[in-house]
Amino acid sequence: MTGLRVFLWRLAGLFRKGSLERDMDEEIDFHLQMEIAENLRRGMTPQAARAAAHRRLGGVAQIKEAYRETHALPVLQVLWQDLRYGFRMLRRSPGFSLLAILCLTLGIGANAAVFSWIEGVLLRPFPLVAHQDRMMAMAGTNRGMPGHDDVSWPDFLDLQKNSTLFDAFIADKIMGTTLSIGDRAQVTTGSIVSANYFDALGVRPILGRGFEPAEDFGRNAHPVTVISYQMWKDRFHRDPAIVGKTQMLNGMPHTIVGVAPEGFYGTFVGWAMQFWVPASMQERFSGNVYKLEDRGAGWIEGFVRLKPGATAQRAQAEISALAGRLERDYPSTNRGRGIELYPLWRTPFNNAGTLLPTLSIALAVVVFVLLIACANVSNLLLVKAFGRRHEMTMRVALGAGRGRLLRQLLTEGVILASLAAAGGLAVAYRCRNLLMLLLPARGGNTMNLPGEIDWRVLALSVGVCFLTTLLFGLVPALQTSSIDMSCAMRAESGGVVGGRRRALLRSTLVVAQISLSFVLLVGASLLIESLRAIRSTNPGFSTSNTLTTWVDLIAAGYDLPRARDFQDELVDRLQSHAGVESVALVRIPPFAYKSYSSARIAVDGYEPSPDEQPTVDYDEVGPAYFATLGIPLRSGREFTRADNETAPPVAVVNEAMVAQYWHGQDPVGRRLQVKGRWLRVAGVAKMSKYRNLLEASRPFFYVPVRQGALGGSLIIRTSLGPQTMLKILVREIQTLDRNLAPGELITMQEQVDRTTSAQRVAVAFLCTFGGLALLLAAIGLYGVMSYAVSQSRRELGLRMALGAAASDILRLVISQGLVLTIAGIVLGAGVALGLARLLGYLLYKVSPRDPLAFGLALVVMTLTALAACFLPAWRATRTDPVGALRD
Amino acid sequence: VVSVANEKAGVLHGSLALMVLRTLDTLGPLHGWGIARRIEQISGDALALNQGTLYPALLRLQQMGWITAKWGASEHNRRARFYAITRAGKKQLAKEAAAWDRISSILARFAKPAGESS
Repeated sequence: MTGLRVFLWRLAGLFRKGSLERDMDEEIDFHLQMEIAENLRRGMTPQAARAAAHRRLGGVAQIKEAYRETHALPVLQVLWQDLRYGFRMLRRSPGFSLLAILCLTLGIGANAAVFSWIEGVLLRPFPLVAHQDRMMAMAGTNRGMPGHDDVSWPDFLDLQKNSTLFDAFIADKIMGTTLSIGDRAQVTTGSIVSANYFDALGVRPILGRGFEPAEDFGRNAHPVTVISYQMWKDRFHRDPAIVGKTQMLNGMPHTIVGVAPEGFYGTFVGWAMQFWVPASMQERFSGNVYKLEDRGAGWIEGFVRLKPGATAQRAQAEISALAGRLERDYPSTNRGRGIELYPLWRTPFNNAGTLLPTLSIALAVVVFVLLIACANVSNLLLVKAFGRRHEMTMRVALGAGRGRLLRQLLTEGVILASLAAAGGLAVAYRCRNLLMLLLPARGGNTMNLPGEIDWRVLALSVGVCFLTTLLFGLVPALQTSSIDMSCAMRAESGGVVGGRRRALLRSTLVVAQISLSFVLLVGASLLIESLRAIRSTNPGFSTSNTLTTWVDLIAAGYDLPRARDFQDELVDRLQSHAGVESVALVRIPPFAYKSYSSARIAVDGYEPSPDEQPTVDYDEVGPAYFATLGIPLRSGREFTRADNETAPPVAVVNEAMVAQYWHGQDPVGRRLQVKGRWLRVAGVAKMSKYRNLLEASRPFFYVPVRQGALGGSLIIRTSLGPQTMLKILVREIQTLDRNLAPGELITMQEQVDRTTSAQRVAVAFLCTFGGLALLLAAIGLYGVMSYAVSQSRRELGLRMALGAAASDILRLVISQGLVLTIAGIVLGAGVALGLARLLGYLLYKVSPRDPLAFGLALVVMTLTALAACFLPAWRATRTDPVGALRD
Repeated sequence: VVSVANEKAGVLHGSLALMVLRTLDTLGPLHGWGIARRIEQISGDALALNQGTLYPALLRLQQMGWITAKWGASEHNRRARFYAITRAGKKQLAKEAAAWDRISSILARFAKPAGESS
């Protein structure tokens, strides 16, 4: 209590310095006047009275000093003194300060940026959504099959009804519609959501309302939509009376019932949703397939919010128990099915899962860069401390405490780090949208992956700042504080006694830098090799001379028969063009960012194990699809126009399916049951990749477009370029319907490349930072070697006087540098061998111990080291032996 | 017993604090010079107080919350700072006085030559 009062009193004193001084003067003056008056009364002469009064009181200056001391907070004042002194020192050597601050800004900025990405993409990915710490993602699983599956609506409702540990179950499904009909059609992303969506997320629409519970039910019964702030702003020009107006969506007028607040993007990492419709509209927005009453048809990518205090384990246990009950109650649809909860950062169905490995690598990389930057600044400070040893010795000699010196040096460190932290946060702020640039637009829409700089990121960055200060500041500070007076005084006369240890320390720092950079180099070359391996992987279809695009007929309000006629007509018109080899319809082209339909299947002669429920992905493809994409048929035939609604249903299966369900025997002519309907196998297609280059070979089959759901994509085999083809396409489409426009038209190569974006981001990241680390290490090595050369002038001079040639000197210096480099590389190789596992699934067909990658890193590192040593070595050969010996 | 001397070791003499508090307790609000004069008078001028040390001591007593200071007019109508004892100060004074009594009685026993011989 008393301590606190004294502290506050003194703290207040700091801010009232002027008035305190005046009060003190006045009080002392009053005292003197009284004493003089008293002395005069006693009969002294005015002069004697004055002298006596002063004598009684004592030295005014001392009293004031004692008074001030009592009044002051010594800690703060000393700190202030240190700060001022620190700033003066930094201003005195602007080059050093700038370099140090730049190094640290880079280190801290990179860390803050990655923190903000992790926060904004993985930890709290949904701006404006309440209690994200209790949110988990929910997806279905199939026993014995890797990956995740969507949840069906009946299952979702049962889980919601029977669970006890959850505040909310949220159904969500990303979908797209085409809105800007002009010269080019633009995909607009939206979500089908359960009616509780906005309430459960704690997001209040700024105009109108969210959805009402009744809007979950009734087949296509509630054509209402909540639009995003951005759509309200861009498309409706902030119309304040927007609520109640209608907007055509997928051929049906929808009443706009609400506008979401600014900054709410929905709940799909990577995309900004533009509108939301309630679950009752599912059929209209997912391929005209009604799924709300089909327990076997999954479409929901769900989220749950746990009740406060419920743990993830208990929640999972309850969900698993409920899923087990569903499996028993509905064996025909739910056999082998489970439900799994994931923390948001491992969400399997959005970009969080894709970016997780990349971001964890990024985190490791920036920590490395920070360490290297710290080592560099440490080194710079050591050089500077050497220049300041005279000053330090003087201060010790004049009675400065060791603690005080240490504090002074650390204060300078704090100043450097604070300036760097400010710069670093600015860097992070600028870079918060960088991830978006690294990941390409898909389907013509740019991604939405903003970093989030909130108080947690700020706190962590400040923490990093202080940690770095300790890291880079403490080493030189401790060394300086252990100044041996007599030794330092002697060192003034040119000895090198004190220099030995310092040189050792600096060499250690450089070795550390080199080893850290080497680790990054190994990581970068491993990823480059892996990317090369990925790109040289054959997708199983032809990526040259093939283009893909889409025309959204559902959004334009076409019904099924009209759409089918339009598509056939368009294919015929395009095929008649010179230069166009063939054109094929497909619902979902390979490597598109959409999921294929999957179906329960049964095969004559294949007996599934009791808890196995054979489920296979499939796609609807048009006539000549395999020829157009260049996928060879192993046996049987392609689909033709004759495979239409009235013809007997057929399928083309892939080789993996033949191997699994027909034991490798040619199944052409055999039967395959899909969703209760029997199809006849018409052909066998060679294996190809379906979603990305990394996937393992999997069973897959194709059905004719006219016997399945409507699709809108085209594959065009042509020798024409995309630009020319687009012009033809626009012309042909608009001859058929003036109001229609095609979507983005890209080469299949581009389509494939877009799926390797995570790997490319990782490569870009490691290469950038590997390069920077290399530069920092080179600067460090250069500094150490320059210093060593300047310190051994006498020795060099002597060697030259004794007949050493320039080449000998060059070799001597460079070999010293190489010793450090080799030490660093050996150390770094050890660390790299241990850490390469971190690259995990990003490494494709490349061993984490790949000798080629290590070799490449070795060559780059050695060359850089040679370059860094060359200048000091060359300077060494220019030593004037006479001058050096005379000094 | 928390003594002033312990509280601010070595700088503020417990005795001086005791004297100031006692003076203010007896005479009521008083300015610095008045306090100094009073202490000298009570000690019969035997205590050659270096008056200057009084002011930092007064400040410290304020910081402890034992006295307060207020600007007012002196007997000759000059502006002067008047110090007054607070309730906490009175409590402290009682504590200090008791402690002092005990210490001085112990010391007095040691000081008596009779104690030595017996």
